[in-house]
Amino acid sequence: MVPVLLILIPLITGAALFAIRQEAMAKSIALLASLVSLAVMLAGMSVWNDAAHLTYNQSWIGALNSRFHFALDGMSQLLCLLTTLSFPIIFYSTWNNQYPDHNRFLGLMLLSQAGLLGVFMSMDAMLFYFFWELALIPLYFLSSRWGGEKRIQVTIKFFVYTFLGSLFMLIGLIMLYFKAGGSFAWADFVKLNMAPREEMAIFLMLALAFAIKMPLFPFHTWQPDTYEQSPTPVTMILSAIMAKMGIFGLLRWLAPVVPAATYQWGDNFATLAVVGMLYASFIAMRQDDLKKLVAYSSIAHIGLMILAVFAPSYSGLQGVMIQMFNHGINILGMWIVVNVIEQKFGTRKISELGGLAQKAPVLTILLVIVALANIAMPLTNAFIGEFMMFNGVLGSTATNFGVAYAVAGIITIILGAVYTLKMIQKVFYGETNALTANATDISFNVQLSLAIIVVAILLIGLFPNPMLSLTSDLSEQILGRMNLK
Amino acid sequence: MNAIILSAILGVVLMFSGIFVSNKVMLKNIAIAGMVLLLAVNIIEMNGFRVFDVNTRNMLQFNRFGLLFNSIAFAATLLYFLLSARDITRVGINVAEYFALIFFILCGVALVSSFNSLLMLFLGIEIISIPLYILTGSDKRNLKSNEAALKYFLMGTFSTGIMLMGIALIYGAKGSFSLDTIAATINQGRDAWFYAGLLLLLISMAFKVSVAPFHFWTPDVYDGAPTVFTSFMATIVKAAVFIGLVRLFDIIFATSGTDWKLMVAVLTAATLLVGNITAIFQQSVKRMLAYSSIAQAGFMMFALFSINSYSKEGIILYALGYSLATVGIFAVLVKMKDYTFEGFNGLARTQPVLAATTTVFLLSLAGIPLTIGFFAKYFMLASAVKSGSHLWLVFFAILMAVVSVYYYFRVIQSMYFKEGAAETEPVSSGFRWLLIGVAAVIILLGIFPNMVLQYLYF
Repeated sequence: MVPVLLILIPLITGAALFAIRQEAMAKSIALLASLVSLAVMLAGMSVWNDAAHLTYNQSWIGALNSRFHFALDGMSQLLCLLTTLSFPIIFYSTWNNQYPDHNRFLGLMLLSQAGLLGVFMSMDAMLFYFFWELALIPLYFLSSRWGGEKRIQVTIKFFVYTFLGSLFMLIGLIMLYFKAGGSFAWADFVKLNMAPREEMAIFLMLALAFAIKMPLFPFHTWQPDTYEQSPTPVTMILSAIMAKMGIFGLLRWLAPVVPAATYQWGDNFATLAVVGMLYASFIAMRQDDLKKLVAYSSIAHIGLMILAVFAPSYSGLQGVMIQMFNHGINILGMWIVVNVIEQKFGTRKISELGGLAQKAPVLTILLVIVALANIAMPLTNAFIGEFMMFNGVLGSTATNFGVAYAVAGIITIILGAVYTLKMIQKVFYGETNALTANATDISFNVQLSLAIIVVAILLIGLFPNPMLSLTSDLSEQILGRMNLK
Repeated sequence: MNAIILSAILGVVLMFSGIFVSNKVMLKNIAIAGMVLLLAVNIIEMNGFRVFDVNTRNMLQFNRFGLLFNSIAFAATLLYFLLSARDITRVGINVAEYFALIFFILCGVALVSSFNSLLMLFLGIEIISIPLYILTGSDKRNLKSNEAALKYFLMGTFSTGIMLMGIALIYGAKGSFSLDTIAATINQGRDAWFYAGLLLLLISMAFKVSVAPFHFWTPDVYDGAPTVFTSFMATIVKAAVFIGLVRLFDIIFATSGTDWKLMVAVLTAATLLVGNITAIFQQSVKRMLAYSSIAQAGFMMFALFSINSYSKEGIILYALGYSLATVGIFAVLVKMKDYTFEGFNGLARTQPVLAATTTVFLLSLAGIPLTIGFFAKYFMLASAVKSGSHLWLVFFAILMAVVSVYYYFRVIQSMYFKEGAAETEPVSSGFRWLLIGVAAVIILLGIFPNMVLQYLYF
């Protein structure tokens, strides 16, 4: 029941919003719908936390033996919580943004929420593929309609690129379907034992789709442009949630389904991840555009998660699981700040800003905490995740290069500190200039949004256990399939 | 059986009604009523009741597959009448004849979907083709229409000759026109004649469905013909010939080894390549749709490549999805003042309903999930994966599907993201509601394809 509610609430409200023309009304309805989704999700994790409420299984396409099978296991709960928590924050923190046809903007946002939640809850491959695309299409329209100057070329590249990956994944899923004797069920996929060649073929097809989505170097070329050209609320969805779809795909549909190939190809992908991390970090240091800076830093952080998946161990996988959530809310915090700056000053150039700390102390304090979390300071949530991942990579029995990966990874953490702190220094400290001289502090909605994120950062940083215990079963299962226990 | 006889009768009725009825609206209504009747009797036959029962000496065989396709073709034609009948009446003065010719074509469609003898196949294809030549040239004062008709006629008769030659060779090898006899004696008699005959037959049919390298007539004919008739030609007619091909392959090719698979695979790949790559460079939406129809034929070729249960389900879904979406797009296109991509700029502002429904149609053609076009492509790809050989074709096809996104989305970009004030003919609210209905059906079947597929089995 919870899964059905989670999908129907945003889906129906999103569709209804197309008919509601008053802007304030549309905003309130969107925020309300996202809050109701969050409430349902929280109820699902507390009072309704039993199999009857958390699964939904009905026949769908008889000819294909495909089923409407949703389930909220630990990892799904974590990611659905991230999604349902992010949307109200996105809506509320960007409350004052102005867009033409605002109701349609919000409607499409909610439709993409339905798609994202569906991806995280699907236990049937066909259903998974459906929602995978359903999440993408509203975002395409959002970016193309409300994005920056070069939006049309950039978003078609984004769409074509990810669509290519999706189709490869579809072929992989069709092959798995025939291997599993005509079943799309995830439960049947994880029981398969295939010949190495077949496993490799399927692995490569699925991995391509996920690599494009995350994105993994060298499949990342769509990402910085798309993040930059999209309206910031859409960028928030893309980086906070949609990038997690790729990692989620690795953990749900790749590693447990084709474990031997994942093991065999692990070093190749881990190396790409490390190269990507270093590459993105160096580029981020040279960026003058706030959005591009955060976009490249996102590639670096996601790279670390990919590394931990492909050099797996219990600690590393658990680290990835919790870090998916952490990275989501941390980067959301960064984007909120970017949005505030963009809305206030009409520019995102770091070189044109300065001295904001004098004018906006509250913003500065909240941002610094978010930024510290982003560079994984102890006491913050990202420290837990990244520490566990490094620990896992170093201790992984699946690779011989654990030390090399970890060293390279640590370098990117240092570089991350360099560019993040440099950005804070240039934008918030130093002398004010003509542009920032009359700046005011942030409004209440932004304060509250950032405060919620900061509370979550510290809370998870201090008490990560409840979250870690959610995903321990799946981590064990993946390692068991890979014979790495 | 019901459909074959009734459509021929309706054709004659409409032809003569042209003498007695001069009111165009009246003629249009007669045609629509006739179409409803035709669809109804076919559905009645699907439930086992024949209004006309003629002993065809097994030259025709009516099975669920053929009858279901007839229903789809008739439903699509009905929809086509409802959306575009007014535009048909505007093409020229011989309104009754246009409708009569379309009914004759439907008679051919029903023959092709149920033939059990090569003679009947030939008859069906010819009954489809000859009225099409006339319809192509129906815009008498337009030079392009005349050119298209002549080109189509010359090329068409040429391919008919090839088909006859093929059938003659097969008859020479097997001593019979009947598919049953041919399938039963597949390895007896003069093999060389038989295979040469099959090849010629395949080539001539490939010509009719514009499979590369026999596609060269398509863009000119589709572009030159009056747009309303292009719509009919590109959808119902093309799907029908494919159904005939599937029958032919199902019975003859499937039993005669697998050597032909590579040939079909190469034809498929060539069709996909030519259709998709050329479509990118078009400046006119109408011409782009002509090439996209070649590209879609490439996907339908999968049904011939991998003869199995998936491919049959797939071709049914494809015929339906492709017909619905293309009839819809052409109905919108007819209303446009300017057929270039720029002509669509800003359509979302001036005609939001047209833009939104066209988007659904385009998404369906591109095979995006949540539309029936996705399942059509899905079944085609799954059938090829299931058949297990020539997997490269599957990957080639998905690459081409990605390319197709590019040119389909160009229309969406024009409508939604570019500034402009697209001009259209006046559009009635009934037309809008119909388009919304078609889009709804496309999405509904995109979520529950079973609603169609169940009729194949029960």
